[in-house]
Amino acid sequence: MEDSSVVPYGEGEGKGFELSPEEETELKLIANGIRRDIVQMTYMAKSGHPGGSLSAVEIMVSLYWRFLSHRPHEPWWEGRDRFVLSKGHACPVLYACLAARGYFPKDMLWTFRKLGSILQGHPEYGKAPGIEATTGSLGQGFGVAVGMALAFKLDRRPNRVYVLVGDGEIQEGCVWESAMTASFRGLDNLTAILDHNGLQIDGSVREVKGSLYPLREKWEAFGWKVVEADGHSFRELFRALGEAVSTRGVPTVVIAHTVKGKGVSFMEGKVSFHGKPPTASELEEALRELADRERAIREGRA
Amino acid sequence: MDKRATRDAYGEALVEIGERHPEVVVLDADLAESTRSHRFAERFPDRFFDVGVAEQDMILLAAGLALAGKKPFASTFAVFAACRAYDQIRVSVAIPGLDVKIVASHGGLSVGEDGATHQSIEDLALMRVIPGMTVLVPADYWSAYRLALALAEHRGPAYLRLGRPKVPVIYGPDEEFRIGDAKLLRGGRDVTIIACGHMVFQALRAAEALAERGVEAEVLDVYSIKPLPSSVISYSLKKTGCGVVVEEHSVVGGLGGAVAELSSSCCPVPIKRVGVADRYGQSGGVEELWELYGLTPEKIADAALEVLHRKRGF
Repeated sequence: MEDSSVVPYGEGEGKGFELSPEEETELKLIANGIRRDIVQMTYMAKSGHPGGSLSAVEIMVSLYWRFLSHRPHEPWWEGRDRFVLSKGHACPVLYACLAARGYFPKDMLWTFRKLGSILQGHPEYGKAPGIEATTGSLGQGFGVAVGMALAFKLDRRPNRVYVLVGDGEIQEGCVWESAMTASFRGLDNLTAILDHNGLQIDGSVREVKGSLYPLREKWEAFGWKVVEADGHSFRELFRALGEAVSTRGVPTVVIAHTVKGKGVSFMEGKVSFHGKPPTASELEEALRELADRERAIREGRA
Repeated sequence: MDKRATRDAYGEALVEIGERHPEVVVLDADLAESTRSHRFAERFPDRFFDVGVAEQDMILLAAGLALAGKKPFASTFAVFAACRAYDQIRVSVAIPGLDVKIVASHGGLSVGEDGATHQSIEDLALMRVIPGMTVLVPADYWSAYRLALALAEHRGPAYLRLGRPKVPVIYGPDEEFRIGDAKLLRGGRDVTIIACGHMVFQALRAAEALAERGVEAEVLDVYSIKPLPSSVISYSLKKTGCGVVVEEHSVVGGLGGAVAELSSSCCPVPIKRVGVADRYGQSGGVEELWELYGLTPEKIADAALEVLHRKRGF
């Protein structure tokens, strides 16, 4: 799968996004490997955000192995789709995917957050190949993605724009300013994916600012098409992302229901692992769990 | 004397820029008529985007448009551009060094009757402190026109501050302006008066008044706050041995701050900053406000005599 050919977007109005059982197994194995990289990277950096990276793994693998039209060995290719990680703190998952797709050598991952690294604590445009925008101040990458989609519409170019936002992140007011612009301008070349893991630094989204709900109605009221999916099921994500591609006239948001820290039992659903790396023994345990899971996937048990 | 507003020059320049540069797009946040970006909208409706009352969105869209190969000019009032959307400018435009031009009209006290909320006296300090940001403050119609054109050729983040009122035209239409340079408007050996924006013509008047009293003031129009024309300024300060800096901005952190920083490191001479003294503006007529806040030829001349006295006294 390392050198899998890139599937161009939009062929057959979403019907090109069928998923065979063999492919699903393959993607699960890739996702498991990305999780391994995330815990290792944050352990080695002695900082970083594993929780919100682990919740987005299946979303990111769906994009980088299937939905994005891109050329890892030609990162500035004009025809590429754009991906913006608006929840910039989750960059371990982005860096791990970019390395796995060949944007830069995998060894670079172990320099994450270190002095002189191309892999900054939050993604910076121009530092590492494949990073399309500077993000980390929450809410901003979303608006930048809207601007990109607007440019492609203006030039009638077929490039699509994908943006990943967090559920805590959308408490930022500028998200809703840009959400209005996107629907008003009919940006159907834009897909937002909401990593809805329900947790933010100070607690659950419900506890901190529960009026963020209802999510679906809020996005619909802002003129967006809303599709919901289990954010850890490739089958569901493919259906939802495929629906977004075939939607005309309005932008689509995929509300991906996820679990923060997914895949590492002691991190799952834990706010404490939002911005805390694993200790040496936690790393060992996490890697053991992920190795068990890999066996289970290969044996068709997961 | 012919009087025209710098924002009017921007509207006219945009039309010329639009003809020459198909990649230029213009954004505004519900103030298109006031900023004069509507002139571009009339000519190139497809390349104009009014985002409504949403300045943060406007800057983010500009960043995204720039990342997709466009050259955006984003216009609104200075208070809303520099203050309201500051973090968007910092993170999404300046850190990645994107080619986004922020054109802020209604800078300074001369917004007039709208009062303190709308009078931008902090924007030059806020923009100047951003690494890699170009900050320009034209003094009159033609310098505004030429500097807008210069920005169309320039790459990277930039902030162009314009004004609301009609002010005297100082330059001819063919005068050339380079980013990072200044204009020597009057030579003199006693004191250097450094000014930007609407204060340049006030400085010229002050120099005339000083001449009547036998004081030869050199007047520099430092329209490029960043990059600062350091050699031009330090050459003049070394020659005259004292300086006055005049701006329609807080005395903290603007052109006055920039010149004081420069002077302290390469040519320490007595300097007096004439501007808004660390306080807010208020409603009133333009001339009334300039009078009340000490932005007049008389006050500039007083400041010049003061530094001249300090120079001789030390």
